Amino acid sequence: MEAFAWLYSDIVKDHFMNPRNVYDPDEKFEADADGIVGNVKCGDQMQFFLQVDEKDVIRDVRWKTYGCASAIASTSMLSEIVKGLPILEAYQLKPEDVSKRLGGLPDNKIHCSVLGDKALRAAIDSWLAKTGREGAFKDVGATVVCTCLNITDRDIEQAVKDGARSWEDLQERTKIGTVCGGCKGRAEDLLVEYVHVFGHDE
Amino acid sequence: MDRRFVYMDYNATTPLHPEVKARMIEDLEVYANASSLHESGRAAHARVEEARASVARLIHARDPSSIIFTSGGSESNNTVFATMFHLGRKGPRRGIVTTAIEHPCVLNAAKWLEEEGFPVRFLGVDSKGRIDLEELRSSVGPETLLVSVMAANNEIGTIQEVAAASGIAKAAGAFFHTDATQCAGKIPVDVEAWNPDYLTLSCHKIYGPKGIGALYVRKGAPVVPLIRGGHQEHGHRAGTYNNLGILGFGAAADLALRELPEYSGRVRRLRERLRDGLTRKLPYAHVNGHETEVLPNTLNVSFPGAEGESILLYLDLEGIQVSTGSACASGSLEPSHVLLATGLGPELAHGSIRMSLGRDSTEADVEYVVEKLPPIIERLRRMSTVA
Repeated sequence: MEAFAWLYSDIVKDHFMNPRNVYDPDEKFEADADGIVGNVKCGDQMQFFLQVDEKDVIRDVRWKTYGCASAIASTSMLSEIVKGLPILEAYQLKPEDVSKRLGGLPDNKIHCSVLGDKALRAAIDSWLAKTGREGAFKDVGATVVCTCLNITDRDIEQAVKDGARSWEDLQERTKIGTVCGGCKGRAEDLLVEYVHVFGHDE
Repeated sequence: MDRRFVYMDYNATTPLHPEVKARMIEDLEVYANASSLHESGRAAHARVEEARASVARLIHARDPSSIIFTSGGSESNNTVFATMFHLGRKGPRRGIVTTAIEHPCVLNAAKWLEEEGFPVRFLGVDSKGRIDLEELRSSVGPETLLVSVMAANNEIGTIQEVAAASGIAKAAGAFFHTDATQCAGKIPVDVEAWNPDYLTLSCHKIYGPKGIGALYVRKGAPVVPLIRGGHQEHGHRAGTYNNLGILGFGAAADLALRELPEYSGRVRRLRERLRDGLTRKLPYAHVNGHETEVLPNTLNVSFPGAEGESILLYLDLEGIQVSTGSACASGSLEPSHVLLATGLGPELAHGSIRMSLGRDSTEADVEYVVEKLPPIIERLRRMSTVA
């Protein structure tokens, strides 16, 4: 039977069929740091393992993922991108950087690559904490969401990591949207996304 | 093992039966409007009525005029709920009782009535996918207008106690509807035994063409048309007769009745072989649905630590076509509502695969899947954060 156009790009297909840098329990990869995000209940979870040298450059990387084809492919692609990258640069990678390299992802699959960069950042944060620099990249790559109070997407992310699950929780922790309220729509979208990504303790 | 093309998604749809196809090719010539009074119109009409009798025979309906042809299962189901909307607006009965595991076209029609102010109750199911008849009994009363319980579930194949559910609805004076879309051609469908007021059928699930379905309506049960216009289908459904679709349905119904033993025999044994082969190789696999009261062709299995869309696409690369209850397939974050209703955890629901066999399935197909699926699951579990 003729092979019809696949659901995803050829690059996605290649990374799905032959994922790179997958964590293999038999390999005994010694990670300097790791980070996990996502929620199996929501259908995807990702974990990054990093080896970082004394110059803060990512020397090698492994990953695990529970998720769909684009989750596997985007984590695999991200693992290739970050090898040899200084952690500060790796920290600033955006989901679009991954999906672009994959030849694009369907709109409803973008959140899979969102998870990848979050898992990577979680691993880098863990590395920073390990080397006595906890929260050092807190504002790196942050975007202001609430212009009245200068609250960024990273502040919302942190609030969710600290336990915020509802809009009321988030307001209580950050005071976001308490002045003009114009950011509410965008902030609520981020809240939903971050609860999905970081709410894996539930 | 050489690569094969294995279609195991017969619950999604079936290919045209070669005999149906041959008959339809001839029937392409039946162009006349079956409502016309002239000779060719009368000839077309006679053929349409033959097909109606065939569909009636498939479900043991004595009176062919109890069959209304529609565009498919969704229209048939919607016709019932639209009729209830009109009855409920005018009469004292407004209560709707259905189940949490219905096909989306019933669920969403019921939710529409709920939005319109009708009290709607969605009955839960047990871990095998069956409703509790006592709960149904205590959910119906003098206010109940309709009870709608699907005969067999499309995802897990669990068969309900339709006759008993029908009896409970009737005893309360309510109408009873059953969506038998997945039953026809797989298990006996008998309106004499089940005694429904309405029963839904779809043609493309029984090796006939798409775009044609039927609604059985017991004599005297009300129908308010969804599509108004001419007097076709006794005024229950307007629109020029879909000659080709209707004749294809008639042919498919004849064959479905004739080949029913194939399902209860050979296909059932293939399903058991598939189930046993997979669970032997993957002891942690979780078979969803009822052990015995299940469609003979439907096998739904969950694999912890492996996500359904990934399983589906790895299988697809091996030439195996199945479906999944994972959220990724549905485009939302929620996995299968049917599996969740059986109490299955979200992780197992995301990791579910439905294999549905059919008349063209072979032992070699089953062996191929038993060979190809386990390494895929093992591979996904190895790269998984979960297992």
